[in-house]
Amino acid sequence: MAYSDKVLDHYEKPRNVGKMDADSDDVGTGMVGAPACGDVMRLQIKVGDDGVIQDAKFKTYGCGSAIASSSLLTEWVKGRTLSEAEGIKNTEIAEELALPPVKIHCSVLAEDAIKAAVKDYRDKHLLQESSAQESGSQENDSQENKSAAAS
Amino acid sequence: MNTPIYFDYAATTPGDPRVAQKMSECLLAEGKFGNPASRSHKFGWEAEEAVEIARRQVADLINCDPREIVWTSGATESDNLAIKGVAHFYKGKGKHIITSKIEHKAVLDTCRQLEREGFEVTYLEPNSDGLTTPESVEAAIREDTTIVSIMHVNNEIGVTNDIAAIGEITRKHKVFYHVDAAQSAGKIDIDLAELKVDLMSFSGHKVYGPKGVGVLYVSRKPRVRLEAQMHGGGHERGMRSGTLATHQLVGMGEAFRIAKEEMHEEGARIIALRTRLWDGLKDLEEVYISGDMDHHVPGIINISFNFVEGESLIMSLPDIAVSSGSACTSASLEPSYVLRALGLNDEMAHSSLRFSIGRFTTEEDIDAAIKQVHAAVDKLRELSPLWDMFKDGVDMDKIEWAAH
Repeated sequence: MAYSDKVLDHYEKPRNVGKMDADSDDVGTGMVGAPACGDVMRLQIKVGDDGVIQDAKFKTYGCGSAIASSSLLTEWVKGRTLSEAEGIKNTEIAEELALPPVKIHCSVLAEDAIKAAVKDYRDKHLLQESSAQESGSQENDSQENKSAAAS
Repeated sequence: MNTPIYFDYAATTPGDPRVAQKMSECLLAEGKFGNPASRSHKFGWEAEEAVEIARRQVADLINCDPREIVWTSGATESDNLAIKGVAHFYKGKGKHIITSKIEHKAVLDTCRQLEREGFEVTYLEPNSDGLTTPESVEAAIREDTTIVSIMHVNNEIGVTNDIAAIGEITRKHKVFYHVDAAQSAGKIDIDLAELKVDLMSFSGHKVYGPKGVGVLYVSRKPRVRLEAQMHGGGHERGMRSGTLATHQLVGMGEAFRIAKEEMHEEGARIIALRTRLWDGLKDLEEVYISGDMDHHVPGIINISFNFVEGESLIMSLPDIAVSSGSACTSASLEPSYVLRALGLNDEMAHSSLRFSIGRFTTEEDIDAAIKQVHAAVDKLRELSPLWDMFKDGVDMDKIEWAAH
């Protein structure tokens, strides 16, 4: 199969590979896909107090197109607000990377990954706000969040 | 060293220069271009003689009578002719066929077609080493079974079935036995005088011969009758009509002649190369061989690199030509049905590479491959969230993954 130059570029020089502390308050983690399907993406975002994504990291198990889709996504989400990031469509990714039809699912997975990361971040903060009001413990809640994001 | 380095000899082999030379002598006006079926002039006689020499060369490698050789267009056609030919001819006796789940698609899709025509097919499960046991064959034979088709060497993992023992069972029950031997001819010994095999399929291009030519061995004693799938001038005793392609047949004959002379020496050399490859890769963590290495053809080794996806692995090995059991190399998005039938989970099937080694592989090729695979696996594991989790001691079987 022939890959587009952009896929090859991201594949050969993946941007923002890495891992953040998933338990940290300002980090949202999205893990999507399944090993059995040949694709697992973990996308993490670090969000500032102003709701703007300051940094993004990824690790992906999958084909070249899946790796390229997540690498591109980390570049795109930096500097965007949460709602802007959530609004990224898989078709934009597929178009930018010139993915063939058989690889469209890689871009869908990338869209799912950013949505899951934003949701994880929001859930943490929702819980923080509510637990701040009730002044209850938040330790267990954030643990539950993490496993929800993974499932 | 030429790059990419070819490690896909199980898919096809380059032609041996001696084969190409013989073939080129059968094409031009000054060569043996005649129609072997022309009985009225020298051109036809010369071509016929060349074809009969080739037929004998093929028969010599597998120790059968040249009259038991039927020329075809390749192993796929041979598989079709054997299974459909017997199933159709003997349908009055019964309409049950036995095969295994890890046969080549040429056998499986032929059986599927027969199912559409009203035949019933039993697909045997191999054991976890990839072998189909004679016991499982015997247990599946019924009153209305007419043919069993179990391959000699599996093309993806290289394991060799005990076709001698399976033949004893089928002969005892008076059921025909067909063997797809595309991957074994010229690699390991085949003695059809001893084996109780009734039909056997061969390919030219897996043995350094040309593509587009194959053979079906059809036993004379006991006699096997076939319903022809191709009708025309009654060539090949009516079993396969069509003008014989002299240059192709001569090429396959020469390829089989060379194989008979050189296969034992070559096999020992190839096993040494395969061992060198595995020795160079086994120190990577979490690498596994699929299939029983004690019952194995020399040139094939199928290795799974856990936590690395096969297609991206191939992508980071641009200087190595290998094949992958991963979904993504095919349009189907399904990982290898062979590896799954062995009980490998999907992620291991996705992570597999088949290296196949052959006549022109060198030690330098192997060493270069080892170096490149190490670098690629290290890079991709660095990128893999699954590797992270493995290193962190997370039990991945306990995670509820969202299938997509």
